[in-house]
Amino acid sequence: MESIVQALAGIVGKPYVSASAEERYFYGRDPGLMPAHAPDYVVLPRSVEEIQAIVRLAGREKIPLVPMGAGMSLSGLVIPQRGGIVLDMKRMDGILKVNEAARYAVVEGGTSTGKLHAHLNRYYPRLRFSTPDSPAAATVAANVMIHGQGRLTQQQGFNSDMVSGLEVVLPSGELCRIGSCALSDDWFSKGPPLPDLSGLFLGWFGATGILTKVGIKLYPRKKMRDVEIFITDSPDFVPGILYELTHTEMAEDINIFAQPLPLIFSGNHHIVIYFTGDSAEEMEFKKRTLFHALDGFIKSKDGGFMTVGEGMKKTLLDMPQRSATTFADVTKGGGFEYSGPIVPIDRYPQCSRKLDELAVKYDLKYHATARIIDKGHAMMFAFSFTFNRADADMLNRTRMALSEASEYALSIGGLFWKPTLDEQRIALEKMDPQTARLMKRIKEELDPQGIMNPGNWEGI
Amino acid sequence: MKYAEILHRCFRCGYCKFTLDYENFNCPPYRKYRFDTFAPGGRMWLIRAWLNGEIENSERFQEILYSCATCGNCVEHCAFTFRENLVDIFIAAREEMVNGGRIPPPVRDYFKAISIHGNPYNLPAAQRSSWAADLPVQPYDGQEYLFYVGCVGSYDERGRKIAQAVSRNLIRAGVSFGILGEREPCDGNEVRVLGESGLFEYLAETNIALFRQLGVRKIITLDPHAFNAFRKEYPAFGGDFEVLHYSQVFSRLIESGNLKPGNFAARVTFHDACYLGRHGGEYEAPRNILRAIPGVELVEMRQNRANALCCGGGGGNFFTDILGGEGDSPSRIRVRQALETGAEILVVSCPQCAKMLEDAIKAEGLDGRLTVADAGELLDASLRGH
Ligand SMILES: Cc1cc2nc3c(=O)[nH]c(=O)nc-3n(C[C@H](O)[C@H](O)[C@H](O)COP(=O)(O)OP(=O)(O)OC[C@H]3O[C@@H](n4cnc5c(N)ncnc54)[C@H](O)[C@@H]3O)c2cc1C
Ligand code: SF4
Ligand code: SF4
Repeated sequence: MESIVQALAGIVGKPYVSASAEERYFYGRDPGLMPAHAPDYVVLPRSVEEIQAIVRLAGREKIPLVPMGAGMSLSGLVIPQRGGIVLDMKRMDGILKVNEAARYAVVEGGTSTGKLHAHLNRYYPRLRFSTPDSPAAATVAANVMIHGQGRLTQQQGFNSDMVSGLEVVLPSGELCRIGSCALSDDWFSKGPPLPDLSGLFLGWFGATGILTKVGIKLYPRKKMRDVEIFITDSPDFVPGILYELTHTEMAEDINIFAQPLPLIFSGNHHIVIYFTGDSAEEMEFKKRTLFHALDGFIKSKDGGFMTVGEGMKKTLLDMPQRSATTFADVTKGGGFEYSGPIVPIDRYPQCSRKLDELAVKYDLKYHATARIIDKGHAMMFAFSFTFNRADADMLNRTRMALSEASEYALSIGGLFWKPTLDEQRIALEKMDPQTARLMKRIKEELDPQGIMNPGNWEGI
Repeated sequence: MKYAEILHRCFRCGYCKFTLDYENFNCPPYRKYRFDTFAPGGRMWLIRAWLNGEIENSERFQEILYSCATCGNCVEHCAFTFRENLVDIFIAAREEMVNGGRIPPPVRDYFKAISIHGNPYNLPAAQRSSWAADLPVQPYDGQEYLFYVGCVGSYDERGRKIAQAVSRNLIRAGVSFGILGEREPCDGNEVRVLGESGLFEYLAETNIALFRQLGVRKIITLDPHAFNAFRKEYPAFGGDFEVLHYSQVFSRLIESGNLKPGNFAARVTFHDACYLGRHGGEYEAPRNILRAIPGVELVEMRQNRANALCCGGGGGNFFTDILGGEGDSPSRIRVRQALETGAEILVVSCPQCAKMLEDAIKAEGLDGRLTVADAGELLDASLRGH
């Protein structure tokens, strides 16, 4: 073990390697509910070359290697199931380039979403990316790795759809570029018109390679941004409302939330509609169009727009939205986790009712949130529960509720998002066997020794 | 441990380690070490693990706890309602460690020096007023203000110069003040934040008794750390005094026309001391001084006021030097930030910051390109010959 520490120190420098109990404790768990498992080493690389050397060392010594961003995916994806090395990527946090005309940025594999957000605000006020509501520390690379969603997902699809190129250290230690950047230094496409190889890495949770650079598409940032909320007391109306809203193509983002507390929110489904514009006229026009789209629901008294106070507006317009994180403290317990399956939007009523049922069954505080994906092709429906980290019984109840929520989502045609190891196994079992075999062959071809984030997408 | 019931509420989301706009990490030890264990969330989780018996009081754990500069950035930026208590929690954990008897050797040495000599430099009390030898500064004897100089201003070469400059300005403005000289006890701010609450209590009570005995009602402090202890901690021991940092006094004297700064042409930037700014809520007084000096052009660093990066000297690190050293030590990052503004002078309002940043300039090889001056010194220079 000492010799491995020395070898790692030889690569990244002594201050950036630890085999101490403190780092092994902290990096052996995430804020979610999955059981802890300590790494043997935690390493903080600063360059691509260092990562290549670490991967080669891990290959030689058959040591598992788990890349980690901020560890905010909550479902245990950065917990080193078989020990080995956790590679904290956050020292590689550069913003390497922004191509304003072609609207993309290239960032390093540990750059935070917060930093990219701030950089664009400061230097490129006419550009933006699809900022997720995860804490600002969450990394761009990990966010696309887990097919995250952000403020532009309603318009542009998953954040991983907005990738415009990748640089990957393969499990062999070789460095590989994916997309237009494989042919030139232009990072405008992750594949098309060539075969799109990004699928060999995105969604694999680091089990097929380590992203060292990510090209991410940027989009026009309008001068003004506002938010309105349409409420209805029946989940059954929600899919229809969403259909009308997405038809207008006027919304930036559409989210839904429903929660029993505070009481002013109880019993209603809040469809939060964000829209942007470069002038007061454009804003007015969009607002009017969005309002008119829901005339039918208003006339039939099935819903209406609520007044959004300044305080609430500020909370909602915040990017990333801090209130998404502070939900963890509703029970003064510091815990929050969600099962967030991707489901067709017509399943909203079922998911909503199931969540109500689970909250009663397991006696938990809950929060439903949903984000519309790609103009309504699907939505992420989050069965969110807040829990008290110091209450073992509540932790258990939350685990059971989440597991039941995921199983339910799968049974109604949903897909697990950032699945736990158990959920991955269930998905592989349910999958067309030929598809599962293809995944197995890809994994074996790229990572024959099985050292990359082992446990993930295994067991086929 | 005090506040133990809060520990589990930390989500380890990391908002606390950023500036408000997320452009930079701003927890000094995190900037240096880059392990999440050295960020506020890491400390919260590890303290809890320690109390639960999941980890031990190791050298590494001590380094993690004692590298906190108590700068208050996390208090400013944590997303949760318990943020007000974050620094208190880290201090309480150090207290717990002190009570257990296993602490880093430099911290132990610091306590020992204060207990035996009344100052961290192991120097005799008789030398405490030697900085004022060539100045017409009077011992405190019922004047309007007590000028409390503190250990760094009394013994440290750099601090002494600042104490002298501040005194000259007070004299010029005709402020009625006196000093305690060899009777001056340590204020105890660093003793408290390093976790020796018993020794702090003793120092606070000693100071309060002495101040009362001398009839002190108003205090001007040189050091923002003493400013913090007197304002925020002493009232709990019955010490209710009107406490001002010298920058507040000068700002008022300038405003009332009792001090008229002369010309001093320089492009300067200002570094906020954590115990004046984030802890003391005073961001403007030192800036008012700079704005009032004709010829001074003040250019702000991107990270200023509540977003300022600590010099790394807070939380006792000035004395224990746990945060010093390599290229990514906070003081070295801070001087690089200052250099980016194109300023030739990095102005401070704290003797500890002055020393930390001056050393960092040397370590960065920036001698001749950037110098450090205290706001009191710059005012003094502008007033010379006027
Ligand atoms: C309050 C809250 C709100 C959230 N809101 C959103 C939201 O709005 N949208 C959203 O999409 N998500 C959201 N999330 C989920 C999650 O936090 C984000 O998706 C986040 O981007 C994950 O980034 P991370 O750096 O924390 O990932 P991590 O958890 O560190 O990593 C995720 C996965 O990526 C792998 N990985 C990390 N870096 C690399 C790399 N360089 N190369 C290869 N593999 C790598 C890891 O091994 C792991 O499998 C939220 C989470 C919380 C706690
Ligand atoms: S201290 Fe606050 S901001 Fe920091 S990790 Fe904990 S909860 Fe998050
Ligand atoms: S007080 Fe400063 S140094 Fe200490 S944890 Fe908070 S941000 Fe870091």
